[in-house]
Amino acid sequence: MATAEQQAHTEDHPTPRTYINVAILLTVITIVEVAIVIIEVPTVFLISSLLALSAVKFAFVVGWFMHLKFDAKLYQALFLGGLFLAIAVLLALVALFENFTLP
Amino acid sequence: MAHDATMGQAEAHYTTTGLDHRKILMWVFLASDCLFFGALISTYMVYRSNVPVGPGPELFDIPYTSVSAFVLLMSSLTMVLALAALQRGNSRQARLWLLATALQGAVFLGGQFYEFNLFVDQGLTLTTSVFGTSFFVLTGFHGTHVAIGVFMLLTLVGASYMGRLKPKHHLTVELVGLYWHFVDIVWIVIFTVVYLIPS
Repeated sequence: MATAEQQAHTEDHPTPRTYINVAILLTVITIVEVAIVIIEVPTVFLISSLLALSAVKFAFVVGWFMHLKFDAKLYQALFLGGLFLAIAVLLALVALFENFTLP
Repeated sequence: MAHDATMGQAEAHYTTTGLDHRKILMWVFLASDCLFFGALISTYMVYRSNVPVGPGPELFDIPYTSVSAFVLLMSSLTMVLALAALQRGNSRQARLWLLATALQGAVFLGGQFYEFNLFVDQGLTLTTSVFGTSFFVLTGFHGTHVAIGVFMLLTLVGASYMGRLKPKHHLTVELVGLYWHFVDIVWIVIFTVVYLIPS
């Protein structure tokens, strides 16, 4: 009898070709990130673009290389729970101590 | 056999969730590590502009760090190719990809060691300023994670050479792979927040 683990692995599980395509995409995004830093775009555009691009890279590595997109929902819940908690803690700490300076 | 128990069997076995407990444990560990790095990154963000004495972020060499980031990114590709090769039953190819991953991790560590030495020579140390402390603690802990990952990868390569890493042990490689990819995604965040975003 198949376990939930086996059932979770769908037929469209990535192939090596898909992994290489993802790696090419990640490389292109990294080049774009460095390029917009070097050409000195407006700060607001720079920060929002960098955060968005790194979020895309993060999602591709987690989703495809770590197979979270194709794995059981429990794994997704466990990891994303910790991730969102970490983001919440980060935002709270930065908001609290944004203007903090050492005496 | 004792050695099978050590390497971890991927054969289906009954669990209350229907999922392998070792893999659940790895995901829980990675979730907890998110909080660990979240705390370190937020500390850096709070203190990044606090450079009363000594050099600050102007020391960063973005092209140099970009190459390190690229190497770590590509190590994730070789890691996932190692797992795919083992799942196809090709142990020899899996061993080569694992070795390539470990070498890329070592290159990243070498780059970080060189960068740290350069910063120390230019006056930025762990105790120069809170900026220096938060920077070295954050990137140093990440480097420690990479070093542990390289050790685990080399252990797998050694086991493979001794004929102890067979296709039935693919879960062991998958767990090490999850840890390695996590190290990569943490660097994706650190590279953006620490090096690319201006303070």
